[in-house]
Amino acid sequence: MPQLSMRDAINQALHQEMERDPRVIVLGEDVSGGAGGTSGEREASGGIFGVTKGLLPRFGAERVLDTPISESAIIGAAAGAALAGLRPVAELMFADFVGVCMDQIYNQVAKFRYMFGGKSRCPVVIRMAMGAGMGMGAQHSQSIYAMLTAVPGLKVVVPSNARDAKGLLIEAIRDDDPVVFFEHKALYPRKGEVPEAPYTVRFGEASLLREGTDVTVVALARMVSFAEKAIDALARDGITCDLIDPRTTSPLDEETILESLEGTGRLVIVDESPPRCSVAADIAALAAGRGFHSLKAPVEQVTPPHTPVPFSPALERAYVPGPQRIEAAIRRVLGAKA
Amino acid sequence: MSREQSSLLDAYRRMKTIREFEERLHVEIATGEIPGFTHLYAGQEAVAVGVCADLTDEDYIVSTHRGHGHCIAKGCDITGMMQEIYGRRDGLCKGKGGSMHIADFDKGMLGANAIVGAGPPLAVGAAIACKLRRGAAAEGRVSVAFGGDGSCNQGTVFEAMNLAVVLAVPAIFVFENNGYSEHTGADYAVGSKDITARAAAFGMAAERVDGADFFAVRAAMRRALERARAGGGPSAIEAVITRFYGHFEGDPQKYRARDEVANQRATMDCLTRFRTSVAQSGAVAGEELDAIDREVLERIDAAVRAARAAPLPPESDLTTDVYIHY
Repeated sequence: MPQLSMRDAINQALHQEMERDPRVIVLGEDVSGGAGGTSGEREASGGIFGVTKGLLPRFGAERVLDTPISESAIIGAAAGAALAGLRPVAELMFADFVGVCMDQIYNQVAKFRYMFGGKSRCPVVIRMAMGAGMGMGAQHSQSIYAMLTAVPGLKVVVPSNARDAKGLLIEAIRDDDPVVFFEHKALYPRKGEVPEAPYTVRFGEASLLREGTDVTVVALARMVSFAEKAIDALARDGITCDLIDPRTTSPLDEETILESLEGTGRLVIVDESPPRCSVAADIAALAAGRGFHSLKAPVEQVTPPHTPVPFSPALERAYVPGPQRIEAAIRRVLGAKA
Repeated sequence: MSREQSSLLDAYRRMKTIREFEERLHVEIATGEIPGFTHLYAGQEAVAVGVCADLTDEDYIVSTHRGHGHCIAKGCDITGMMQEIYGRRDGLCKGKGGSMHIADFDKGMLGANAIVGAGPPLAVGAAIACKLRRGAAAEGRVSVAFGGDGSCNQGTVFEAMNLAVVLAVPAIFVFENNGYSEHTGADYAVGSKDITARAAAFGMAAERVDGADFFAVRAAMRRALERARAGGGPSAIEAVITRFYGHFEGDPQKYRARDEVANQRATMDCLTRFRTSVAQSGAVAGEELDAIDREVLERIDAAVRAARAAPLPPESDLTTDVYIHY
């Protein structure tokens, strides 16, 4: 099976869906780059992270729209185009920029269907790059999926690997509801096996990446690979864990988490968002409620501190939860047994 | 009857329907039977109807919090609207939207919007869809963004106008300058005091019209439509108008001189102006308009009676229509 980076897997999904459905359009800042300017090079970037490369030459400027730096207009235009029958994929570049266009996302896109009594469909996909670890500072590094998970009417996708990213994006484009699609910047170059033919990954179905009996570990996006490292290290001491990647935070596959918890009785949640009102807190509440009788130890949440993302690599390393912190948390929930 | 005659009668019927719909709501809201708060369009009828006169169901409009007039002008069913405003099960949006969120996708009415300035980006998106699909239809479709003088100070509207020019899409921005952004004068809140020039500065054709003059609005809109349908990109129209009521029902309107509205009703009533104009031209007989007046009052009365008698939404509707599939 071909090895593709997550960047190329997403790019392939966009190509395949635009090929399949003429209603799919892509719009955003620099999605091709080079509109205007003096070099004459028309596709100058193909997206700031290169994710939309090749779309303009293949599908033309009517379907691959370079926009001004106008986030509200980008999301609003994508929403209006979706109401009018297209299936737009809007790129917001950095997830941090949702602040500029939050009204269009949470008051418009998310509410149309309910507010209009079920008569509208707004099949828009909003892609955005998230995550710390690259020295991009406080306004270009956040993992703000919790904020949007909290909004009824949105579906929220947080892939952890190239193969899932392709299938989830194709699912997102074909989905009739609005979908927010988070891409962790550190995962863009990471390669994995990705089938060439188009396929979908259903929302609300977690993947079980490791199976074990001692602890249930739930991790999202980049934290999945860190959890894998921690779990593989613990296996040397005979400790085994279930590792669950929810893949979508809305809908959330509660059943897979609760079933695993029933077997292990111990839960560690790893989340790159700040701890307050986070997806980790949400899953901890699930365990404290419906999973209460399964619990043998307090739930551990491994998250950054409640601070903005710092710039200095020394501080940023301390901010992002790593394999050691995850391993320690797993040991703590096991220690509570004794 | 000539085509122009029937189109004039239709325009008058729509304007009169909007007027009586709003006048009746003004009375009914005082009874406390209508939930929430309502922004009446009375006084501005010639703008909505003049703008929508030559649109089809295939053309889109995006409306505002003061949207009843736009809905009626675009052909929304008034009983469905009235039921929606009363929060009833069979309202146009099943009672989940209310006065500020009426939409009717079959009529190309993409929704009233309670966030000032949120609509124009949506209209640009619909215009992108119109442009992409041009060629299939004989005539290009267009997308209209209604907004007020208040919305023209929102950054989203600037973004939308610029994007429409950059992408050269068939969008038409209609600014209904009724003189007040909520309780604050447009002569204060619009820094340059010139909405038309502001729109023109984005690089599109823009013109100011007397919003109480149906014929002037329709003519300006025809110029914008022709431009849009020929692939000439966006336009803007500033319609100078007044509202006969407050920002919302219950607004004490202390920002307006005591006799302001009475004077405007006497001098700026678009229905009177329309009657005078057609009487002078002889285009339509006054008796025909009188007959429309009677018919409209009956229809409004029937809509109110239907809304009052209509069932409320069942509690089971609370959790439906959040998603299509979840």
